[in-house]
Amino acid sequence: MFSKRSIIAAASLACAASLAQAQISDGVVKIGVLSDMSSLYSDIAGSGSTVAARMAVEDFGAARKGMKVEILSADHLNKPDVGSSIARQWYDVDKVDVIVDVPTSSIALAINQITREKGKAFLVSGAATSDLTGKACSPNTIHWTYDTWMLANGTGNAIVKTGGDTWYFITADYAFGLALERDTEAVVLKNGGKVLGKVRHPLNAQDFSSFLLQAQASKAKIVGLANAGGDTTNSIKQAAEFGIVKGGQSLAGMLVFISDIHGLGLDKAQGLIFTETFYWDLNDQTRAFAKRFAAANSGKYPTMVQAGVYSAITHYLKAVQAGKTDDGTKVIAKMKELPTEDPLFGKGTVRADGRKLHPAYLVEVKKPSESKGPYDYYKIRATIPVDQAFRPMNEGGCSLVK
Amino acid sequence: MEIFGIPTQALFGQLLIGLINGSFYALLSLGLAVIFGLLNIINFTHGAQYMMGAFCAYFLFTRLGIGYWWALAIAPLAVGLVGMVIERLMLARLYKLDHLYGLLLTFGLALIIQGLFPNEYGTSEIPYAMPQELSGGRNLGFMFLPNYRAWVILASIVMCLATWFVIEKTRLGSYLRAATENPALVQAFGINVPRMITLTYGFGVALAAFAGVMAAPIYQVNPLMGADLIIVVFAVVVIGGMGSIMGSIVTGFALGLIEGLTKVFYPEASNTVIFIIMAIVLMIKPAGLFGTQR
Repeated sequence: MFSKRSIIAAASLACAASLAQAQISDGVVKIGVLSDMSSLYSDIAGSGSTVAARMAVEDFGAARKGMKVEILSADHLNKPDVGSSIARQWYDVDKVDVIVDVPTSSIALAINQITREKGKAFLVSGAATSDLTGKACSPNTIHWTYDTWMLANGTGNAIVKTGGDTWYFITADYAFGLALERDTEAVVLKNGGKVLGKVRHPLNAQDFSSFLLQAQASKAKIVGLANAGGDTTNSIKQAAEFGIVKGGQSLAGMLVFISDIHGLGLDKAQGLIFTETFYWDLNDQTRAFAKRFAAANSGKYPTMVQAGVYSAITHYLKAVQAGKTDDGTKVIAKMKELPTEDPLFGKGTVRADGRKLHPAYLVEVKKPSESKGPYDYYKIRATIPVDQAFRPMNEGGCSLVK
Repeated sequence: MEIFGIPTQALFGQLLIGLINGSFYALLSLGLAVIFGLLNIINFTHGAQYMMGAFCAYFLFTRLGIGYWWALAIAPLAVGLVGMVIERLMLARLYKLDHLYGLLLTFGLALIIQGLFPNEYGTSEIPYAMPQELSGGRNLGFMFLPNYRAWVILASIVMCLATWFVIEKTRLGSYLRAATENPALVQAFGINVPRMITLTYGFGVALAAFAGVMAAPIYQVNPLMGADLIIVVFAVVVIGGMGSIMGSIVTGFALGLIEGLTKVFYPEASNTVIFIIMAIVLMIKPAGLFGTQR
């Protein structure tokens, strides 16, 4: 026999459930994966990010939980105007609830603003600029995977402390490169190092010989590469050609991904030190994920950006379920309230300024003789704990935490 | 000694680097100039064919174990053959129409080719090893010159001059030039003009593939490697004068030098300087520096 109380409880639950349904706009949660699908960042994020998004929705068991989730994806061509117009179209016409990934900082900053105007949600995995949780922070944005401060701090600290105290920067001439250069320079100076010079190159440059020659002439101990993707791999490869490392200078890749190492080959990349927040070979769970991911992504293993997309969407869906709404501002608030947990980044939190917190890893690229095969590339030199990996909240200048 | 705050030694280094980049511009714009000058086709597939040359070298090595030196000969032949098939099946039908149709066709082909390759190979650079004989480098006092780069300059100059010589100074070249002026008359002398045109297109394409193989060890192999370059190379051809063989060679090297200097004095403008020059040249000499009004 049902007691009276349990019947009321059941009735109110049913009521709540139908109410919850009504709170999900048009009954479906629409996730838009906006990425560089065809150019220099497409192996870092690109269609792999869409694969990760799909896996996150599957693993969350959205269908089983009665939640309808749809994934859209588009190519922003690394152009802020293209990215912005896709974002507006998605929010206004296609009723997209959340945009994820968005490599290229200039585009992420533009979409950060649009998302705030529209009261939607924005989960950044691909873009790096620490301004997203600093002066451009927004109640509608969470910066998930990494940022320029974290890279600069992790790699910069480690290198300056081991004697690399004079630097020359080769910097990609746009928001991301400049932010990375600024953040790294601060770390170098703080630790008593000196910056001897810098040169800015256009995004997606092919020939770095001229810039490398200027770096060589500076006689700096460390040549810091404040660029990413194809720009970084080309710099490293051409540096080898011009005998930069043989001449006694060292290269510091400020933002290097596993796909870059795969492209360079261990022969050229060995010994390179940099910071990542995810490596597929960390534990059984990450290994299992990487295997499934590679099977769906033509054999390519996940980068930290793609892993971040998986993790961010997992948490997003949890928050939608818990808050029973897909209203952008409310979901982001809920995401900050709930602790995060997923197989790739473990346990973590989202800070009030929108910074997702997890440990970072200082990695060194293995010698060819140490590697057991494709994608066995990193030695973990140090784990940077959660409380040191990211910029302290009071230093970012985010208006949300004042 | 310093010039505008830059030590002369560093400046020499930068000039030499400019010359190396100029070598690629010259090789590529030469192929375009040959095709345009003799066939009146604006070959927008050139960048894709350059990329295919590099990929061909990569396939030869990974699938058949054939190294760089053979690739330097085989890749241009193979890609040139593909070019000739394209010419026979498609371009040959457009000669009677406006230039624009050839441009549209080759542009469409380039988009298709550059869209298909990333499907299979992604967009990360695929490594291609430098030939053992040319690895390493020498210290010139003012800079460290990798041997391979020195080889690029040398090979490019030889290739460019040889092409110029064949077209401007030999009997074969004079047939070609005559066929451009008046195909019917040349045909009447018993020369197979369509076949000659097919071979010429094949040769222009082979030059692009040759440049692709030369580029593979430096820039690595990448489906989009030609997409950006082609725009710059077109600017070079326009500055030199559409269809002028010597014009494209000289402007190729000269613009490499100018771009090299820009990278020292104002690096932020290094990818626009060529277009600025193009705009200026077009205002003063609309036919280009070495071109003649047609």
